Amino acid sequence: MTQVLDVRSLRKHYSIRRGLLGRVAAQIRAVDDVSFSIARGETLSLVGESGCGKTTTSRCILRAIAPTSGEIRFRGESGEEIDVARLGRKQLRPLRRQMQMIFQDPFSSLNPRMTIAEIIGEPLLVNGMADRNERNHRVGELLELVQLPSAYLNRFPHAFSGGQRQRIGIARALALNPSLIVADEPVSALDVSVQAQIVNLMLDLQDRLGMAYLFVAHDLSVVKHVSHRVAVMYAGRIVEIAPTAALFAAPLHPYTEALLSAVPVPDPRRRAQRIVLEGDVADPSHLPAGCHFHPRCRYATDRCRIETPELREVAPGHAVRCLRATELSLLGVAAQA
Amino acid sequence: MRPIRMAEPILQVRDLHTHFFADEGVVRAVDGTSFELYAGRTLGIVGESGCGKSVTARSLLRIIERPGRIVSGEILLRRANGAVTDLVGLPADGPDMRAIRGGEIGLVFQEPMSSLSAFHSVGAQLIEAIRLHSGLSKRAARTRAIELLAMVGIPRPSQRVDAYSFELSGGLRQRVMIALALAAEPRVLIADEPTTALDVTTQAQVLDLIRRLQQERDLAVILITHDMGVIAEMADDVVVMYLGHEVEKGPVDAIFHAPRHPYTRSLLRSIPSVLAEPRARLATISGSIPHPFARPPGCPFHPRCPDRMRGVCEKSFPNEVLIGEQHATACHLYTSVAAPA
Repeated sequence: MTQVLDVRSLRKHYSIRRGLLGRVAAQIRAVDDVSFSIARGETLSLVGESGCGKTTTSRCILRAIAPTSGEIRFRGESGEEIDVARLGRKQLRPLRRQMQMIFQDPFSSLNPRMTIAEIIGEPLLVNGMADRNERNHRVGELLELVQLPSAYLNRFPHAFSGGQRQRIGIARALALNPSLIVADEPVSALDVSVQAQIVNLMLDLQDRLGMAYLFVAHDLSVVKHVSHRVAVMYAGRIVEIAPTAALFAAPLHPYTEALLSAVPVPDPRRRAQRIVLEGDVADPSHLPAGCHFHPRCRYATDRCRIETPELREVAPGHAVRCLRATELSLLGVAAQA
Repeated sequence: MRPIRMAEPILQVRDLHTHFFADEGVVRAVDGTSFELYAGRTLGIVGESGCGKSVTARSLLRIIERPGRIVSGEILLRRANGAVTDLVGLPADGPDMRAIRGGEIGLVFQEPMSSLSAFHSVGAQLIEAIRLHSGLSKRAARTRAIELLAMVGIPRPSQRVDAYSFELSGGLRQRVMIALALAAEPRVLIADEPTTALDVTTQAQVLDLIRRLQQERDLAVILITHDMGVIAEMADDVVVMYLGHEVEKGPVDAIFHAPRHPYTRSLLRSIPSVLAEPRARLATISGSIPHPFARPPGCPFHPRCPDRMRGVCEKSFPNEVLIGEQHATACHLYTSVAAPA
């Protein structure tokens, strides 16, 4: 399998400076030693709660922000592998075409003064498709791909519902045939009935066009419907990464187990005994020693308070950052009948 | 199933209509809602954007802002002394309504950051709420405030009482909101999307808290949410709304296991689930929710309905019919033709 993206030991640290001399008062390790890869045509989801570093990770990959250290190896259509982490603004430009983004909020991500044809056509124009007829033809194709009538070409965004706007955002992302689309919470602002349409559309487009998705989300139910593989983040680190079915049915990290058990299941006959985590997510400027999750972990031992676990592969494709991973038997969602 | 109900509802809403009168036309945000609320039970009101669930809550509290107003209907609150007051008949800003709002009816909103003051400590806000609805001295109210913070599970309450809302995490802020809502010992708690802004593990904590407090105090709870999972987890009875209308209502088990209205059924099918097969396509509802100014004639769901009957559904609005124990729906399938088995 060829990788489209290979992230190695990615770090993004922020310094909090205080006082007249700007002394560094604290380091926030927003992303700390994150490694994963995505194959062509694959969807990897990054999940976790607010502040876990999932969005910072995705922004580093798109080079919206510069990482502190680490490698972001991107293999574009030329087949050549390029470390995006080290490129300057100018060198990044030809690559941006191949890495696109779908935003969360369809209401603020479209320019209200531009028509749909202009919004979708803009990336084409910027990348050298100067001929208006050629561009409009391509925009028509893209509208058809996202199942919007071509009659909408000359309308403005305000005329559209949230779901239609998200389709427009997807059409714009597809305009230049990217190999990778980073989608940050693309359906979380949508109503359930519309969310289902967009999830299906994203699945269908991937089957047809073969691009990879990095899907950033907090909703584990949506993640189950879109992902081939899932990476769970906690306090800036990946704590577990596995194929979707394995992660949900047989999680190996206590945090994954707690996350899964906290998801409300739409069936009143399954009011499960939930594992309610005590306390709040770890403060990234004062991370606990040892395993970052140990203060909230019901399985923590003295060893967990001292020793920092490494991410290690315990089954094919299934890696976990927990000292006790192989001795615990944790509950997945299918198991709690 | 807990079908046995206490004799009298605490709150009874009858045919409530709340409309907004804008220049572009009238938005019938709530158009004929009726339900009953009992002590110790949770009524879930669920629906997508524009369905009228939040306007319903705001109508009960009489905090509808212009150009909106309650056009007709009754909101009957059974007071502690057994007398029944129609809240629609009270002036919204009058002393009675102000005593009820935050007194007999507590409320919790979605966004604790914007509902709490950033300029007053948590304690000052609690003390104000406590003293507004009781005769306690400042000192006694402070002691009570610390008790309330402890009750909602805030660690180190005697220190946190002097904290400001921005110093607290989202989960702790929502706990403070709940403490504030309970400061005046209400018998009814209205929670409008109380966990929507929270992470899933924090949501689980807050839902647990609401459930525990309800049991301890025999609270009647109205839970408003778009999340069918939260409804399944929390509600005893459910009202499903679409574009201002209640399309189906009944006991939670019937709504989830024997839904009758095509909207309820479609909505339930379209929910993503952690139990699904990986990458399973979702069932969809065609089209999107119409703009409130462009509400379809007849049954408002008919343009998206998989079971619509030509010549019937676009012509008239269906009356609500009883289809089971406490289970009712407003759909022509069950009124104009024989109900399918």
